[in-house]
Amino acid sequence: MPTNRGKRAIKWSSLYVILGICLASCDQATSTLPIYGHREPVERNVDGKTVIDTIYQTIPDFNFINQDSATLTQAFFDDKIYVANFFFTHCPSICPTMQRNMLKIYQEYKGDDRIAFLSHSIDFKYDQPHILKAYATKLGVDNDQWQFVNGSKADIYGISEKYLVYTAEDTNAPGGYDHQGYLVLIDKDRRIRGAYDGTDDEQVSKLQADLKILLKEQNPGS
Amino acid sequence: MRNTAIVFTLISVMILLMQLAHSCQSTYDIKTMQYVTNGEKVYRAHCQNCHGAQGEGLGKLYPPLTDPDYLKHNWDLLPRIVRFGLKDTILVSNQHFSEVMPGIPELTDVDIAYVLTYVTIRFGDAKERYTLEEVKKSLSSHSTK
Repeated sequence: MPTNRGKRAIKWSSLYVILGICLASCDQATSTLPIYGHREPVERNVDGKTVIDTIYQTIPDFNFINQDSATLTQAFFDDKIYVANFFFTHCPSICPTMQRNMLKIYQEYKGDDRIAFLSHSIDFKYDQPHILKAYATKLGVDNDQWQFVNGSKADIYGISEKYLVYTAEDTNAPGGYDHQGYLVLIDKDRRIRGAYDGTDDEQVSKLQADLKILLKEQNPGS
Repeated sequence: MRNTAIVFTLISVMILLMQLAHSCQSTYDIKTMQYVTNGEKVYRAHCQNCHGAQGEGLGKLYPPLTDPDYLKHNWDLLPRIVRFGLKDTILVSNQHFSEVMPGIPELTDVDIAYVLTYVTIRFGDAKERYTLEEVKKSLSSHSTK
């Protein structure tokens, strides 16, 4: 039989637990993701008053060839949030782990048209569409929700800068290309909302949590 | 009544202790366990990226290392796959795999014995370590490749 004191202790501790849960859930409901990249304030005149708007860094328009040899532009990602990364099919270093983690998230959201995935190949010479198609199929990607693209060296390496991901041709790197393994989270307004090391389990879990926050922010009422 | 309870408790504690002692007792000898420990380090550094932390592989790109039959039937071939890589299509866990595996020339003979001991014991159902002699024999039978 618990004593009176014991009962009181249980009461208090359960109160703390409930309070803790409330606080945690409040915290989650109000948190939003940061917006990364450079930003510029612009002054605008509205009804005789000067207001200041912020212009955020966004992913510019692009035009690549995907795994089905079709043109892929930013239009595909209209009204979607997406996760982007840079890889190449015969990459012997970080890519398999990065793609294994991306696959986990793809499987979690498969069929959900609010979210898509985009992998850019930085091996512009070898990774032709049929190579990308075979790779995607063997990885277990069987719909167009996850796009694999190839483009000119200038276009691919140029856009990687816009995603704030380092890529380079480097004969000293394993496989001939050097790059960072970030999974970059892009919102509907093409702004960068997060970058996560795709080879680190903890960071990938953070991405999974942040995805839920961003989906909520960008799809109110759903 | 009380005495019986005490005797019962003592007996159950003893049984528990005996079970613990038995489970702590490894079925492998010390040298094999050293191979497994060293092999895990080699595996993390050179194999895990593609074949996964649990040897699960990745889709149809990289085969799992958990098919005990494949490991058993290709026992003699394994060191050569690690050192020289693999170009052939293979059948693992009822699935065909045709991607090219690059060899890992920087691994020494004993590294290969370590990593194969780790893989065949932890992911397969091998009971004994992959010996250095077996590695040397396998490699010498095809060293001109």
